[in-house]
Amino acid sequence: MMTDLFTLLIIIAKILVILVPVLLSVAYLTYAERKVIGYMQARVGPNRVGFLGLGQPIADALKLLFKEMIIPSASNPVLFLFAPILAIAPALAAWAVIPFADGWVLANVNAGVLYLLAITSLGVYSILISGWASNSKYAFFGAMRSAAQVLSYEIAMGFAIVVVLMAADSANLMEIVQHQSGGFWHWYWLPLLPIFVVYFISGVAETNRHPFDMAEGESEIVAGFHVEYSGMAFACFFLGEYANIILICAVVTTFFFGGWLSPFQGIPLLGNLLAFVPGVIWFVLKTWFFMFVFLWIRATFPRYRYDQIMRLGWKILIPITILWIVVVGLAIEMRIPPWFT
Amino acid sequence: MLTNYFPILVFIAIGIAIGGGALLLSRLIAPHRPDTEKLSPYECGFAPFEDTRLPFDIRYYLVALLFILFDLETAFFVPWAVVLRKIGVYGFSTMIIFLLILVVGFIYEWKKGALEWE
Repeated sequence: MMTDLFTLLIIIAKILVILVPVLLSVAYLTYAERKVIGYMQARVGPNRVGFLGLGQPIADALKLLFKEMIIPSASNPVLFLFAPILAIAPALAAWAVIPFADGWVLANVNAGVLYLLAITSLGVYSILISGWASNSKYAFFGAMRSAAQVLSYEIAMGFAIVVVLMAADSANLMEIVQHQSGGFWHWYWLPLLPIFVVYFISGVAETNRHPFDMAEGESEIVAGFHVEYSGMAFACFFLGEYANIILICAVVTTFFFGGWLSPFQGIPLLGNLLAFVPGVIWFVLKTWFFMFVFLWIRATFPRYRYDQIMRLGWKILIPITILWIVVVGLAIEMRIPPWFT
Repeated sequence: MLTNYFPILVFIAIGIAIGGGALLLSRLIAPHRPDTEKLSPYECGFAPFEDTRLPFDIRYYLVALLFILFDLETAFFVPWAVVLRKIGVYGFSTMIIFLLILVVGFIYEWKKGALEWE
């Protein structure tokens, strides 16, 4: 009994060690987004709260905490309050299987990729439930659009994951990273280049980010599915969305950019010189890079039209992934070195 | 074996607790002064006059239906992908035939215009 309680406490402590940095990253990703896009548009971005505006995310969180949480009279209150919980819980729980460094993973399970696919799919329920429970036209339209878009890109994403599994010969995220060891040219971004691009685009579309943010479409349906939400209920959607962005970046790092592996592995002098750097540093640096690309995309591209989003998902990304399943399958059958031996 | 999955369960519980806790905290310390106008659904310039739970575009339904098909295929592909190196050419070619049948269906729905959103 005592040992069981002790293991539970250890697990909770480990979860907190993961959750606190993740939630801090979420807070400062919102700050980084406003700062980066500000500079890309020749503005300064937030700079009033604290040194360089670094207090801004905390001020925002406090503001949302003290705002009234409105539950519209026409809504379905139980589902209305359930949707934000469903938005944030899977976005956080998915971190259970992400390996931060060699052996640094909460649950080293063999079906890790499958768990990731399953738990990130739950996000679409929060969108549908919030849109339906709000009983508002804008929320409803936003939810329909967003759900159809997320479902469409999930197919491309699923097939892309299948290709990664084929190449890595495992559904355990640790083994996927270990399979990529051997330096920069052994990471899967090179042999699976089209899949990497498809996965990243699908990731941007899955999180309803620019240029695929038809679901929010500020100028036409105000804010989409969360138009009726205020205060902490809105904050839950917001945190969930940003936690999902960081998750997608971490997963791209794990699948295609060698997770915690050093990029200088195998290079004669540099590799030995930088061997002391712990794996988690490389993991964080790579994840930051992809987070920056997310912001960069938002600052650069105009919004797609809805028919263009659906065409890209169904008629371009899905055929590419199906074709690449065959190509990688053939490469594995022929044992083409150095990646598919 | 299953003990590996226990931390995941705890993590999901903590995730739900964070979401629920945030809502509860807001309920405790944020003001709560409802009135009819504030609680009416959002609309711009006039009072909303009808229920929103109306029939919607059939194409959304179609997308959901196609998604179920393709997502099942994905679930079918995952175990195959993990053991591909062990099952050899026979296992590989079987799945390629299955994939061909899937592609025939995909081409059919493409030609039928199920993927058109003009």
